[in-house]
Amino acid sequence: MEQLLDILRELHPETDFEKETSLIDDGILASFDIVMLITRIEEEFDVVIPAKEIVPNNFNSAKALYALIKKIGEQDD
Amino acid sequence: MKTVLDFLDRQAETRPDAALFCDEFESLTVNAVKERADRAGSALLRRGAQREAVLVFMRRSGAMIAAFFGVWRADCFYVPVDAEMGETRIRSIIERVRPRFAIVDETADPLLFTCGFSGEAIEAGEAFSAPVDADALAAARRKTTDADPAYLVFTSGSTGAPKGVVGIHRAVRDYAKQITDALQVDETDVFGMQAPLYVDACLKEILSALKCGSRVVIVPKRLFMTPVPLVEFLNAHGITALCWVVPALTLISALRTFDEVVPKFLKTVAFGSEVMPPKQLKLWREHVPARYLNLYGPTECTGMTCCYEVDRDFSDGERIPIGRAFDNAEVFLIDENGNRADEGEIYIRGTSVTGGYYRDPERTKLAFVQNPLNPDYPETVYRTGDLARYNAYGELEFLGRRDDQIKHMGHRIELGELESAAKAIEGVTAACAVFDRERSVLGLIYTGALEKAEVLSALRNRLPEYLLPKRTVRVERIPLTENGKTDRKAACGLLYR
Repeated sequence: MEQLLDILRELHPETDFEKETSLIDDGILASFDIVMLITRIEEEFDVVIPAKEIVPNNFNSAKALYALIKKIGEQDD
Repeated sequence: MKTVLDFLDRQAETRPDAALFCDEFESLTVNAVKERADRAGSALLRRGAQREAVLVFMRRSGAMIAAFFGVWRADCFYVPVDAEMGETRIRSIIERVRPRFAIVDETADPLLFTCGFSGEAIEAGEAFSAPVDADALAAARRKTTDADPAYLVFTSGSTGAPKGVVGIHRAVRDYAKQITDALQVDETDVFGMQAPLYVDACLKEILSALKCGSRVVIVPKRLFMTPVPLVEFLNAHGITALCWVVPALTLISALRTFDEVVPKFLKTVAFGSEVMPPKQLKLWREHVPARYLNLYGPTECTGMTCCYEVDRDFSDGERIPIGRAFDNAEVFLIDENGNRADEGEIYIRGTSVTGGYYRDPERTKLAFVQNPLNPDYPETVYRTGDLARYNAYGELEFLGRRDDQIKHMGHRIELGELESAAKAIEGVTAACAVFDRERSVLGLIYTGALEKAEVLSALRNRLPEYLLPKRTVRVERIPLTENGKTDRKAACGLLYR
């Protein structure tokens, strides 16, 4: 989780990612931020995030995003 | 024909009930657009507006486009403003323009007033229901010439203050022909519009709707974060044509969206604003059979100037050309000695050259110059600051910039604008904005007592989203060159320290 928070804070150091639950809905992540974010996550966690998982529910909070990464990681193993 | 509104009148005669502009809230027919334009124009005229800048501060919508036309009906020119432009930009526009009138919806409140607007704000709902004054509209139309301004669009300026480009009616009319000839669209086409309405990029769709009767569906901005729902939206609305910035197209291709869903109805895919990576273009062409067009052009020349229709494959590292100038424009390259050359700075001449920067003679003089190849009579051409060369096919290839301007997230950015905004924050003593081209990361290096998070919060309130740095690093001192200037290259290296 700390690793993911680091990636997110790099993009937006002003945001409290442990509390924020509407990253997409409130526009905290900018349009097109998502490509950079996913590229970084795929490098760091060695996973491939399928396009169909890129929906607000999975990206609105760091917690949801971390759960997604874990789920994909387990499926890959 | 004086202005492109004549196209709207023509359509009102032949297909009044055809849907022209659609957004999340409503679908406006040709007649509805015309009626709103007439009413809003009458509302402005009744208040005494005369050939002046009128702010349009509204949500990105069909109604906002109808308000633009209303401003034209009143023989005035519109200045588009959107809340997402940020306080600093909006304030500097209002200071420069000092408009007496604004057409607004609820998104303008309270930003419009906290940014120093002191004129009369007319609610869009009120403007669109004002009684039509046919005599006043006819008199205003009579007074308009095609040499009059149509709009002011503000772009990033290197000293911090944005520049207001003065778009001219006859250039807009010419652009309507050039761009629709390139796109080859007609009334059966449906555009999925990505562009914000406060940049000139939206003219491609608006003019296609006016001239050819194509329908324009405004794609909600939030969909440009979620590629599968985005493509599903295109399919649900039968979208046949896209004029998108490169990052919007690569959002789809780079995130493997085509594994899940493919756009079904696309015939025309035009892109511009920055360099398309050949790998992403290849993915698009493999999955979506359509005409692909690479467009190039500065805001200072009314939108796009050059077009290349993709007719061959490109490998990684190859440059996709920007092709050739539109029919009624000439592009030529000037070398360091001021002579025509096969490689050099892009100059543009023709009707599309805009009227310069609003109330800014100094910066106008630097970019809108006498044609260096014409010593015989006054002829203003635009020097773009872009570098290009001709390839083996005789097509133009974009090479880069002469200065610190970059293209990021589809927007034109002067690194100086981010820098000035950062330096204006209390607790920041020095700042240097950098762009890491390889990773496409906009970064900020600064010195001062303030924490990173505080610097970012301050910038967030002042700047448009696309001008916010993606990496911010506090350092002991900003690296300097031997001449004592900021060393951007060395500063860029500090980004990943």
